Amino acid sequence: MPTPLVVSDVAKSFTMHLRDGIRLPVMSNVTFSVKAGECVVLGGPSGIGKSSLLKMVYGNYAVDGGQILLEHGGRLLDLASADPRTILSVRRATLGYVSQFLRTVPRVAAVDVVAEPLTARGIDAAEARGMAEVMLARLNLPRELWQLPPATFSGGEQQRVNIARGFITDHRILLLDEPTASLDARNRTVVVDMIEEKKAAGVALLGIFHDEDVRERVADRIVDVSAFSPRKVAA
Amino acid sequence: MTDAPLLKVCDISKFYGARIGCRNVSFDLWPGEVLAIVGESGSGKTTLLNCLATRLMPSSGSVEYRMRDGQMRDLSRMSEAERRFLMRTDWGFVHQNPADGLRMAVSAGANVGERLMAVGERHYGNIRETAGDWLRRVEISVDRIDDQPRAFSGGMRQRLQIARNLVTSPRLIFMDEPTGGLDVSVQARLLDLLRGLVQDLGLSAIIVTHDLAVARLLSHRMMVMKDGLVIEQGLTDRVLDDPREAYTQLLVSSILQV
Repeated sequence: MPTPLVVSDVAKSFTMHLRDGIRLPVMSNVTFSVKAGECVVLGGPSGIGKSSLLKMVYGNYAVDGGQILLEHGGRLLDLASADPRTILSVRRATLGYVSQFLRTVPRVAAVDVVAEPLTARGIDAAEARGMAEVMLARLNLPRELWQLPPATFSGGEQQRVNIARGFITDHRILLLDEPTASLDARNRTVVVDMIEEKKAAGVALLGIFHDEDVRERVADRIVDVSAFSPRKVAA
Repeated sequence: MTDAPLLKVCDISKFYGARIGCRNVSFDLWPGEVLAIVGESGSGKTTLLNCLATRLMPSSGSVEYRMRDGQMRDLSRMSEAERRFLMRTDWGFVHQNPADGLRMAVSAGANVGERLMAVGERHYGNIRETAGDWLRRVEISVDRIDDQPRAFSGGMRQRLQIARNLVTSPRLIFMDEPTGGLDVSVQARLLDLLRGLVQDLGLSAIIVTHDLAVARLLSHRMMVMKDGLVIEQGLTDRVLDDPREAYTQLLVSSILQV
């Protein structure tokens, strides 16, 4: 089975220059991989660095060492050392991310927020909108909200816009940071179904799920992040 | 995206006597890429922008630009006439103060139409039609086409300046604090407009701003300047979410949360 994502010996620390240059080691020796069609869940207590690890894999946090290998456009590349232009191209075509919170842009309608990853890949605007509407309907977002900017939506509504946006493409790797945190049971089930469909389509998923019920339903394997954290020694 | 940079900046320095404007700046800008240059007042960002846009002569270093025929040309070796032609057609420059980029005593339509005439358009009806079309795109009502920008609000003037710059379908646009003196609600509208235009037209842009939120919204890549030097650069969300240098950390931590 192909392995679209391999994380090898990654290390990360933060240097807080405003706090006398104090250096906070976050993690080291991070090594794991995610196969196609597999959902790997990051485990460990809160504050251990699960979200940080997802951000590193997305190129949002820089890493101090190690490799983040993924297949992009038919060749293998190391995201940890890639230039900004390459990272953006990887995000456009290969690597998707559903963040915990939606970063809203003023005046852009929910349906266009969802359609954007498609239009960015050159898909016709009307077609992309059509697909976005299907996603929003599936996630039970009231139709009267589709044309409104999500800034004033509730947490759960924003989260569903975010999920729709993340799941609309056929990216080979999908990172999920607590996608079900602020959803009711009915919508949680929709998201679990959507994750199952991604797995069936051979997508490699890496996620954080605090909801035990959801985690048990989607996880193929759990990677314990505390094994990479220096705090395990302190604790 | 094609596989050659649009602009190649190599080791640009600018000194004002003994004082440093900017020093040893190098980068490539790719087609469709938006670069933000951030830093506090006096950090050299506007000096750098002016050196790139040939509004200032750098003390050393070179800037090369890929012309429409695919040739890379060294800007300092072009004739003044060639540079001016480039500025009026293939490039745009959006000033912080719209009065610096507009002709305040001629009509809105003429402000937009003037750039079209620079590329050889002579038919009055076509010019007026295109100008009207661009006013609509920047959300200015077409019935204001014969009014002078003096009669426009600050936000409208800024949108008019953008229309004037984009009417010739430039490939590269320079912006110096484009949302500078505007109210926040007006800023949001302008930012959304700029974001849409840059995306739809596949423009490359270099934006100087001290507002990190503007940089986050519009740019792909960011350079942080201090005392004339680029002290940190990278993917915009990486620089803002995981700043590495002391000064960048200070900038990011100084943003007020609403």
